[in-house]
Amino acid sequence: MNPASQLIPLFVVIPLSGAFLIALMGKKLKWLPDFTGTFLTLVLFILSLVAIKPTDLYHTLVYSVGAWKPPIGISLVQDGLTVLMLVVVNLVVFCIALYSINYMERFTSKWKFYTLFFLMLAGMNGVIVTGDLFNLYVFLEIASVASFALVAFGTERHELEAAFKYAVMSSVGSLFVLLGIAMLYGYTGTLNMADMSVVLVHKGEGKLIAMISVFFIMGFGLKAALVPFHSWLPDAHPSAPAPISAMLSGVLIKALGVYTLCRIFFNVIGITPAILSVFMFMGALSMVVGVFLAIGQWDMKRLLAYHSISQIGYVILGIGLGTPLGILGGLFHLFNHSVFKSLLFLNSGAVEYSTGTRDLQEMGGLSQKMPVTSGTSLIASMSIAGVPPFNGFWSKLLIIIAAVQAGRYGYAFWAVLASILTLASFMKVMKYAFYGSLREKWASVIEVPVFMKLAMVILAFFCVAGGLLLVPSVQGVFLQQAQAVLVEGLQYGSRALGVIGSG
Amino acid sequence: MSVYLLCLVLFCVGLYCILRKRNVIKIIVGVVIAEYAVNLFLALVAYRFEGRAPIFSPDQKILNMVDALPQALVLTAIVISLATTALLVGIAMRIYEKYGTFDITKIKELKG
Repeated sequence: MNPASQLIPLFVVIPLSGAFLIALMGKKLKWLPDFTGTFLTLVLFILSLVAIKPTDLYHTLVYSVGAWKPPIGISLVQDGLTVLMLVVVNLVVFCIALYSINYMERFTSKWKFYTLFFLMLAGMNGVIVTGDLFNLYVFLEIASVASFALVAFGTERHELEAAFKYAVMSSVGSLFVLLGIAMLYGYTGTLNMADMSVVLVHKGEGKLIAMISVFFIMGFGLKAALVPFHSWLPDAHPSAPAPISAMLSGVLIKALGVYTLCRIFFNVIGITPAILSVFMFMGALSMVVGVFLAIGQWDMKRLLAYHSISQIGYVILGIGLGTPLGILGGLFHLFNHSVFKSLLFLNSGAVEYSTGTRDLQEMGGLSQKMPVTSGTSLIASMSIAGVPPFNGFWSKLLIIIAAVQAGRYGYAFWAVLASILTLASFMKVMKYAFYGSLREKWASVIEVPVFMKLAMVILAFFCVAGGLLLVPSVQGVFLQQAQAVLVEGLQYGSRALGVIGSG
Repeated sequence: MSVYLLCLVLFCVGLYCILRKRNVIKIIVGVVIAEYAVNLFLALVAYRFEGRAPIFSPDQKILNMVDALPQALVLTAIVISLATTALLVGIAMRIYEKYGTFDITKIKELKG
């Protein structure tokens, strides 16, 4: 086994042990939750950066849990797509942990928050690294259950209502996923994703595969909040505490929804033109419906939540185009969206922390009192609206160029339209919240504490510098590795199994 | 074949319960029923006609053994669904404390 593959289990082990440690001792030792939260997430972020190099060298790394040789045991697989997702998740989570040090002071039981936080992180990292379909379901549920509890964390009327709605809908989604997994197991007789794709290539397309595809699109589409299944998101994401909103919108819907859709349809079942056109249609629909619903909102976090639906639509549209450029654009937009959307949610949390309101009509002129928050918020708004040279511009440009190249002029048009509407709605946010004249009652508002500022500045830096990921030498080791995994499609199976054969 | 159909019917009963019932507790029961149906389906996938328990012994041939793996999966799925159900019931209790009712048509302050 390759020595570099020994690092893969750490992505699950570290957050799980963090959750255990905090649950055990966090109540007594007041400093422990903050310290472990920041330290362990920093370690995870560094580990995810370390993982880029060996993946570039060896392409696919496999770790067999308990030394059971695949396809019998559970295997953890690390390839380009995995590394991309790991970097995205752990970067955002590190900033959020930093932010939570100050923000979560208002809540009574900080250690419970960190325990659930680490469980959710363990679930997400687990979903990303696992190479076993049932194991994927288990991690999916760990992340989901932790997120239900975190949405209800405030235990007020709205939080509870949103959490209940989210929990019921998400459970139904998971049931469809499990049903699909059961059918796929019955059809192929294996649970290892690599082995499964090899078996499916031999068995060929059946009617059952079409049914399983529908189940997976329903289940994972619900987790990703694509438009027919989106109704839980605008309730659940604003109700959580701000760091958790950032985590849910920034990374959870991507790790649990978009990543799993890509992995299963491109690498396991095998992508077909029919599924691609479903992806494109749902992506475009989410893009347009999300932005239209967002534009009329006055609750800042709710507005941001609707934009998440819209931006996820861009990602799915890009990936659904199926061309290498489209996939590159989709994955790049996935990275960018997680950075700027987390930043926007952290900004809204900062405003709420200082003023106590989320209603845009009550704010105004806050840029005089909160320069860091308004500055980073301006950067994030420009990024999400696709203004050059911020990162959102480049990924949207790639997606639109790819759509034109593929001859999908209609989808390109909708992408441009949604981008303009996004710009309009963020101009509204900036105008009402941060610019204009300062209201009488906000005269005593002060800027947020230092760790919150630091977290926002780090994310803002990535918004500005994100475009550099397209520089050829950087792109070759990071984005193109992930793109290659999806473009190669079913070769995933033989690669992940072949690595084992050679040692 | 009829067993599979009954399993599907059970799943649909669960879904109907989730979609149509107005009481929070009944919705939770619906989730549980649907989960049972999926667990039953997993066990059915493992079943072999006239199969026997998958215990290997020297004097027996490996014929018609039922598949042991999905049974392990079902155990895991049951544990997961226990966690989900416990959390749902916990949230339902808190909802009752805040709203004083289990009727979801009266618990809808979030809109738009």
